Amino acid sequence: MNRRSLLAALAVTRSSRVDDQSRAVTRARYFPNVELTTHEGKKVRFYDDLIKDKIVVINLMYADCEGICPTITANLVKAQKLLGARIGRDIFMYSLTLSPEKDTPAALNHYAKMHGVKPGWQFLTGKPEDIEMLRRSLGFSTGNQKLDKDKTNHIGMVKYGNERREWWGMVPGKAKPTWIVESILWMDETNVKPPAG
Amino acid sequence: MANISKRNRRREKEIMDASKNRREIIAAQFSRRDLMKMGLLTTAGFLIPKNGLSARAPQFGGGGFGGNCFGFYGQGGTPVSPPTTPYLEAMPIPPIAQPVLNADALTGPLPQAAPNTAAGEGRTRTHQAFTTLPPQKYYEVHQIEANISMHPQLPVQKLWTFNGTVPGQTYVSQYGQPNLVRNFNDLPANNGGFGIQSVSTHLHNGHTPSESDGFPCDFFGVTKWYDQHYPNVLAGFASTHPPTGDINESMSTLWYHDHRVDFTAQNVYKGLAGFYLLFNQFDTGNETTGFRLPTFPDFDIPMMFNDKIFDPTTGLLVFDLANRDGILGDKFLVNGKIQPFFNVKRRRYRFRWLNGGPSRFYQFYITKQDNTNHNFWVIANDGNLLPNPVLTSNGVRIAVAERMDVIVDFSSFAAGTKLYINNRLEQCDGAGPTDNIVSASQGNKVLEFRVTSDAVSDGSVNPATNPSFYAVPAREPEDETRCFKFDRENGQWVINDEVFACDDVRFKVKRNDAEIWNLEGGFNWQHPIHIHFEEHQIVKRNGNTPTLIERGRKDVVRLGENDDVELFFRFRDFVGRYPMHCHNTIHEDHAMMLRFDIDDVGNSNESDCGRRF
Ligand SMILES: [Cu+2]
Repeated sequence: MNRRSLLAALAVTRSSRVDDQSRAVTRARYFPNVELTTHEGKKVRFYDDLIKDKIVVINLMYADCEGICPTITANLVKAQKLLGARIGRDIFMYSLTLSPEKDTPAALNHYAKMHGVKPGWQFLTGKPEDIEMLRRSLGFSTGNQKLDKDKTNHIGMVKYGNERREWWGMVPGKAKPTWIVESILWMDETNVKPPAG
Repeated sequence: MANISKRNRRREKEIMDASKNRREIIAAQFSRRDLMKMGLLTTAGFLIPKNGLSARAPQFGGGGFGGNCFGFYGQGGTPVSPPTTPYLEAMPIPPIAQPVLNADALTGPLPQAAPNTAAGEGRTRTHQAFTTLPPQKYYEVHQIEANISMHPQLPVQKLWTFNGTVPGQTYVSQYGQPNLVRNFNDLPANNGGFGIQSVSTHLHNGHTPSESDGFPCDFFGVTKWYDQHYPNVLAGFASTHPPTGDINESMSTLWYHDHRVDFTAQNVYKGLAGFYLLFNQFDTGNETTGFRLPTFPDFDIPMMFNDKIFDPTTGLLVFDLANRDGILGDKFLVNGKIQPFFNVKRRRYRFRWLNGGPSRFYQFYITKQDNTNHNFWVIANDGNLLPNPVLTSNGVRIAVAERMDVIVDFSSFAAGTKLYINNRLEQCDGAGPTDNIVSASQGNKVLEFRVTSDAVSDGSVNPATNPSFYAVPAREPEDETRCFKFDRENGQWVINDEVFACDDVRFKVKRNDAEIWNLEGGFNWQHPIHIHFEEHQIVKRNGNTPTLIERGRKDVVRLGENDDVELFFRFRDFVGRYPMHCHNTIHEDHAMMLRFDIDDVGNSNESDCGRRF
C-alpha cells in the first residue's frame, strides 16, 4: 500500500467513527462545494478537495490590500514556518481572495512568492458569486450591512478547524504567530493540552 | 460637552489606529522594496495614507432594522425555528447537588494540593488554600452527553451536561464551608456539529483561587479530571477583614459554566451551565431567620434564561458557527425548556434570574393577562443583595451573565390568574438591543405563571417595608488607574486594540491594591463585560451616579455604545491569572478578552488613560 492510499484508508476508518449525519448538515450549511482555482492554476472543489477530513486554516485577502492583509499574511507565513512539515501533510492553509476579478491565479502566485509562501498553502480564486457565497457561509461577513460592504474592514479573522471532528474556531490574524500556531494545533485531536504559562 | 469629548476621543483613536497599522506593517518585516512593490511606500519614504492604512472606515449608521424586529435575523442563512406551542410543560428546577460522603468516596485518588498529573488530573497548578481552607464537602460531577427534551414538539436533543441535566445541578453552599468539586470530562467522541471536547469550568463570581477559577486556558481533555477547590470565603478574609472576610462582600447567586478559550459560546450553548448558591447567617435560605428572604428551595427559585435556534427541518438545536456578531435565538428557554409554565402560590417568591446567553439582552416585565404590568422588587444585582430593595415599574434589564434576584408578590391574585415573564427589549442583531421597548403584547412571553388555589403562609419580609441588607463597602483612594476600550477592528473584537492570547499577560495587579478601571464602549456595539475574581462598584456611568439597581456590587458591567463607566476594585487574598472579557460569548470567543495577573508586585498601565477626558 503506498503512502497516499494508506492515508486515504486511514481517513475512511477514522471518518466512520464520527457522526456522518451532523457532518453532512454542517457541510451543507457552511462548506459549499464550489469550484475554485489555486494560485498554481489547479481546479479544485472547495469541500471535496480542500476541507474534507482535514485540519485547515482559512483566511481572506486580496493582492493589492493595503490594510491589515500584509500583517496577517506575514503572521501566517511565520505560522507556516513554525508548523513546518505538517503544512501540506495533515494541516492545510487556504487564502481566499476578496478580489476574484483582479486576483488571477498568476496574480496570486506572484503574491504568494513575494511573501515567501511554501507548499501546502494555497491561494484561491473563483467566480465572484462563489467567492461571495464562501465568504458568507464561512463566517467572514457581518450582519451590519454597511460594515459588511467595506472590504478593508472584514478580513482580520483566521478560521481554523478539523472537519472530521466538526471543531471550528477563529483566531485573529493580528495575533502573534505562536498563538496562531497554538490555536491550530488544538485541532489535532491528540493534542488537548492547555498552553503553558 | 460629553459628545465633544467623545468625538475627540474617537478622533484620537483613529490617529492611534493609523500609526499602529503603520507600525504593524513595519514590524511585519517587509523590506522597503516590498512595501514599495505593494504600493505602501512612496519613494520619499512616506507610507501611503489610503483607506485602511490611514484611519478607520467612515462611520456607519445606527444599528437595527427599525420597527419590531422580533423574528428577523439579519445574518443571511440563519434558520427560523419550527413553531412550538407555549406553556405545555412545567419549568424544571435543577436538582440540588449532593456531596459524596467524604474524600475517600471520590472516584480516583484522594485530593491533594499539587496537581495529580500521574493519576490523570488536568490541573497544572497547586491549590493556594488547600491546607488553610481545607474542603469540608466533596462533590463529584461528570460532564456527559445526555438526551434532553427542550419541548415536547421537538425531538430529543443530544446535549452536553453536568451529571445529565440542563441546567446542571445546583450547588448549595454556606460561607465558611469550603467545597471540593472533582470534575470529570466524560464527553463523547462526537460533538454532533458544534462544541469541543475539552473544557474549563468557571465558577462565575466566585472569590476563587486562580487554579480553581476555570480560567479559559486551564482546559482539560476527555478522560481527564480536575479538582476545583472553592473556599466559599468572603473577600478580605486574608487582608482587610481577617479572619472571615467582609460580610458586606457576600454574594448569593453564582453560576458555573464552561469557559474553554475560543469555544465558550459553543460549549455553553450545548448545555454546560448551572447555578451555585451561597448562604450565610443573614441570607439563610429560611424566611423566619436573618434577612427573612423567601425560603429555599420552595419559594426561592433559580431561573436560567437562554435563547436558541432549532433547525426547521430536523428540529435539532442549531449553533451558527459562522456568526461573529452575536447569536440571537428565536426560542426562549427557562431552565432548559422552551416557554414553560410555573405554578405559584399566593405569596412572595424570590426568583434568581440569570441571562445564560449567548448574546441577547433582556428587559423583563411581569405582565398580566390584560397586558398591564405587575411591579416587582429587585433585591440583588449579579447575585449581590442591594442595600435595600428597589421597586421597579419599568422592568429590569439583564445582559448576558448578569443576574437579578427579584421578589414577586402573587398574594393579590385570585387562583387561576396567569401572569408572564415578558421580554420587551427589541434586539435585531448581535450588536446589542435597539433600546426600543415594544408593547407588552408584542414582547417575548418566556414563562407563564399560574396562580394556584393552595392556602399558604408567607413569613418572608415585605420589601415594601424597605428592609436593609448589606451596606456597600466603603471605597478607598486607588493605587492604580487603568483604562480599557472595547471595540472592533477588521472584524476582530479587541480590548485596547489588542486580541487575546493565553500567555499574554497584559498587566499585573498588586495584591491588596485598590484600583479604578475605566471601561469605554466602542461605536455601534454593546458589550456586557465580566471581570473575574473581585467584584466592582460602579462609581460613575457616563459621568453620573449609577441607578439604584447598579449602586451595589457587580461582576458584569453593561457597556452601551460609547459608554464610559468607572469601576472601583480591591484585589485581595489570592494571586494568579484571571481574565476580563465580553460575556456576549460570541465576542469573547473572537478574542474580546484579556489576561491580567495578580501578584505581590503589580505594574502600572496608566499610559492607556492618556486619551481620557
Ligand atoms: Cu461584546
